[in-house]
Amino acid sequence: MTTTTPPAAVGAQQTDGGTTRASRVRKRLNSRTATLVAIVIAVVWTIPTFGLFVSSFRPEPLLKTTGWWTFFQDPQFTLKNYQDVLFGQSASSGQLANYFVNSLVITLPSVLFPLAFAALAAYALAWINFRGRDWLYIAIFALQIVPLQMALVPLLSFFSRGVNLGGVTLLPAWNLDGAQNFAQVWFAHTCFALPFAVFLLHNFISQLPKDLMEAARVDGATHPKIFRTIVLPLVAPALAAFAIFQFLWVWNDLLVALIFAGGSDVTAPLTVRLAELAGTRGNEWQRLTAGAFVSIVVPLIVFLSLQRYFVRGLLAGSVKG
Amino acid sequence: MNFDFADQAPKLMMLLWGLVAFAVVVGGLLFVLDAVPSFFARRREAQLVAASASGAPLPRRPKQREGFFALFFLMPTVLLLLIGLVVPAIRTTLLSFMDGSSQNWVGLDNYRWMFAEDAIVRVLLNTLVWVTLVPLAATAIGLIYAVLVDKARLEAVAKSLIFMPMAISFVGAAIIWRFVYAYRGEDQEQIGLLNQIVVSLGGEPRQWLLDSPLNTLLLIVIMVWIQAGFAMVVLSAAIKSIPADIVEAARLDGVSPWQMFWQITMPSIRPALIVVVVTISIATLKVFDIVRTTTNGNYDTSVIANEMYNQAFRYGQNGQGSALAVFLFVLVVPIVIFQIRNLRQQRREG
Amino acid sequence: MAIFARPRQALAIVGAVGLALSATACGTGSSNDSGNNNADSAECAPYEKYQGHSGKKVSIYSSIREIEADRLDESWKQFEECTGISVDHEGSGEFEAQLPVRADGGNAPDIAFIPQPGLIERFAERGQIKAASADTKAMAEQNYPADWLKYSTVGGTFYGAPLGSNVKSFVWYSPKMFQEKGWTVPTTWDEMIKLSDTIADSGTKPWCAGIESGEATGWPATDWIEDVMLRTQTPEVYDQWTTHEIPFNDPRVAEALDRAGTILKNEKYVNGGFGGVRSIATTAFQEAGVPITAGKCAMHRQASFYANQWPQGTRVAEDGDVFAFYFPAIDPARGKPVLGGGEFVVAFADRPEVQAVQTYLASGEHANSRAKIGDWVSANNKLDLANVSNPIDKLSVEILQDDSSVFRFDGSDLMPAAVGQGTFWKGMVDWINGRDTATVLQGIESSWK
Repeated sequence: MTTTTPPAAVGAQQTDGGTTRASRVRKRLNSRTATLVAIVIAVVWTIPTFGLFVSSFRPEPLLKTTGWWTFFQDPQFTLKNYQDVLFGQSASSGQLANYFVNSLVITLPSVLFPLAFAALAAYALAWINFRGRDWLYIAIFALQIVPLQMALVPLLSFFSRGVNLGGVTLLPAWNLDGAQNFAQVWFAHTCFALPFAVFLLHNFISQLPKDLMEAARVDGATHPKIFRTIVLPLVAPALAAFAIFQFLWVWNDLLVALIFAGGSDVTAPLTVRLAELAGTRGNEWQRLTAGAFVSIVVPLIVFLSLQRYFVRGLLAGSVKG
Repeated sequence: MNFDFADQAPKLMMLLWGLVAFAVVVGGLLFVLDAVPSFFARRREAQLVAASASGAPLPRRPKQREGFFALFFLMPTVLLLLIGLVVPAIRTTLLSFMDGSSQNWVGLDNYRWMFAEDAIVRVLLNTLVWVTLVPLAATAIGLIYAVLVDKARLEAVAKSLIFMPMAISFVGAAIIWRFVYAYRGEDQEQIGLLNQIVVSLGGEPRQWLLDSPLNTLLLIVIMVWIQAGFAMVVLSAAIKSIPADIVEAARLDGVSPWQMFWQITMPSIRPALIVVVVTISIATLKVFDIVRTTTNGNYDTSVIANEMYNQAFRYGQNGQGSALAVFLFVLVVPIVIFQIRNLRQQRREG
Repeated sequence: MAIFARPRQALAIVGAVGLALSATACGTGSSNDSGNNNADSAECAPYEKYQGHSGKKVSIYSSIREIEADRLDESWKQFEECTGISVDHEGSGEFEAQLPVRADGGNAPDIAFIPQPGLIERFAERGQIKAASADTKAMAEQNYPADWLKYSTVGGTFYGAPLGSNVKSFVWYSPKMFQEKGWTVPTTWDEMIKLSDTIADSGTKPWCAGIESGEATGWPATDWIEDVMLRTQTPEVYDQWTTHEIPFNDPRVAEALDRAGTILKNEKYVNGGFGGVRSIATTAFQEAGVPITAGKCAMHRQASFYANQWPQGTRVAEDGDVFAFYFPAIDPARGKPVLGGGEFVVAFADRPEVQAVQTYLASGEHANSRAKIGDWVSANNKLDLANVSNPIDKLSVEILQDDSSVFRFDGSDLMPAAVGQGTFWKGMVDWINGRDTATVLQGIESSWK
């Protein structure tokens, strides 16, 4: 906030000196209401999660009979829920760390592939002139609505039976075993992520200044060169934004993992394991409270660490007038 | 914890393969794109030299090059989309004209069923309520919050708080809110926060999820709770990308925060706002975990995606499930048209 | 993540471990051979007829998870060791929805444990499951009552034997509370209603119930109706109802609903520990009986497997904290109707090793091997009661093996999924939530095509 009176505004202020004080008061009031509103939203948004967090440390019988806020009058604390989640009771399901590794192995390529492919596609749709590009973009955009559930059976059939047309095998079945099944999961996640990724990145890339692109073209830069040296650095925040959302989506996904990774401890991610924790008849659901926090840790770290980069990148990239 | 590293080796190996494949595919693509044009450029140069030497007319720059680039840039995406989404979408449309076991053609029966069954009509109406309210509420709250915490102290922490619901899976979120809405009889101790508040204010505990239409609104709250984080993150980034000089100039003009918001902020973040609204609308059309985990569509709360899942997967009614999916495609048409107009406008400006 | 910071080192580790791994892979091969050597020992004598498939793999998919899945794995361990067949079980809470997807996608498991005969019928009609081998059929016919086998027979073809079972006609109560208050366990419906009135007059709500169960919400209420239906009507009428030979809104079905309603929709009787009638809809079935332990309700009708739902430290026994009595018949002269459920071992592949596993799972050896590990009931008549340790399981097996019992399978599992796991469940939820019997039944009937 600058304290010197800007010359441009002097005239206006001189004609009506009374408003300055009033507006200053109003401004302070405004900022106070603003802070209040922000705090209210933050509190309302946090309380449910906070309740779950407190619940995750409460013993099972209490958890099922009293509200979590009674914890503060009668603090009974246990780590059993976390113990059950982390170390498990079931021999066949193995260690949680195992599933953590699976989730990571699933997530990294499932974020990188759509990110790269969509960036390439979005660039082409925004800056390369070819016939029908707008219609292609609209078509890709519209594919966002295809429900994941309807795509599961055909895609699974593509993996397990290959592609046959009139008795001719165009593509053989994948026939994967054990850890190789990860490839299916990456493939599926990449397919499902592309429409949104192209939509999001196209929005950013198409708004880069035209002059910049034309100048580069005049300098003789080819499309790949422009893409690498100009576009990618400028849309880094958008890339980070997509990376965050795709990371969250893949990390929290259950449906795709169930179908394409299966439930064995070789390939199943954390979510599959957590879904099992409630037991065959769902009677152990107190473990879900702890499970939710175990699985939330990594996404939060990713968000917090990308957030810094995200904001800085956007500021640096604000070349548009 | 006896964590056996050897067990992880094949997985990490697989990850390594995945990353290598990534580097090879993406790097290779860029390399080819770099190498081929420069090869052509060299050949063209040679032609030019030859042409000038022989005095023949200069060959024109080939025009189809743009198309060639586009092809390579788009190939992976288009191929994957064909396999992963286009084929399923066509299949779904075909199945919607067939019976439950996908063996006989039944014409428009499934669509007739959709509009004849009261329960399904209710589902369609609920979906409309969802898709109107969720994008509005989530975007508004996300935007307000993004503006309010912009440049505030502890901004990162404040933003993380709103973002947190996004990091929880839909199922997890639904579980959290089932706790909030939980009900116990009047003579019991409440375990749900909402009823506890009502009781401590002297009211009677209510069965929040049983009474239509309030229950649909309460489920919508869950979706808003999740999506506001998305809106906030994208809009906050957009706000930060408003060039500082514009903001400063406006401030020097003595513009009030209110005017600043409507005259500077809103126009500048319009594209981001559209992304947010469109994305949340589509996510809302497809939402099913929340309904499934909280009420499973009982008490008149079901939405299309949930009903589609039930019909196609649980009841073995592929035809009816597919018809519902096709109806979802239809619902997205207005958004697509809006997007086309948007694109046209952008082209005209650009 | 530190691993990736030093890629060269990571590569080296991965490479080395990869080598070690291929070495162990060879090792597994040889241990399989030694497994075959085992095959001649006395322990392996019962498994002789399953020999000859060493080194083969059979995948099983079911809804059984966690500890119960461990116990299953353990139950066929010796079979695996003796035959060299490796049985790979995967349990998922999304089993019912996932199995059709996998089957349609060409990635079906070798064997699935399917708890819904209606689903078996669907797979059979689409030609996705294989008929059971002659061996399996012979074994099943030898070990299971014919009542059970008809549920996995579609169009005259037999698809697989039952595995685990449960008895649903139970009412849970607290023997301690009953003794203190001087209440006696009712043996007829009328006695049960009289007892309910006595309890209600004493200021306690006699019944507690809960039908919330995630995406399966409503099923405990359908069990109620089926149990009552078996008591107000003959088993034949029950069969006609589940096969849609009589309409769903037949007056006889309405009668059953109304009779169940005299308890479930009676504000005087329910819902102990939770609130009024409507609270039944939102009470999780897992928690529904728990108020019994706090003395807030006296009776809770739920299947034998509810034994696992009591809070830790609750002793389940005839003289313990909680136990169950047989849900009494209205007219004991008409025999002892028993409602139950269970899962069937159905195969999507007909490789010989798959058939061997299928046959083995129908055998008395497996039933006893699994029962010894604990918490298990089966209708298998080779099951030795001495191997069943848990009192409620023992009672269940006794009821199942009792000749005067008239067994009927859970009706909602027999109906097409769109009704049995769809509109019937939802209809019951609406019914509890206040909708009248006629409207509910009409809605279910119109959905059954």
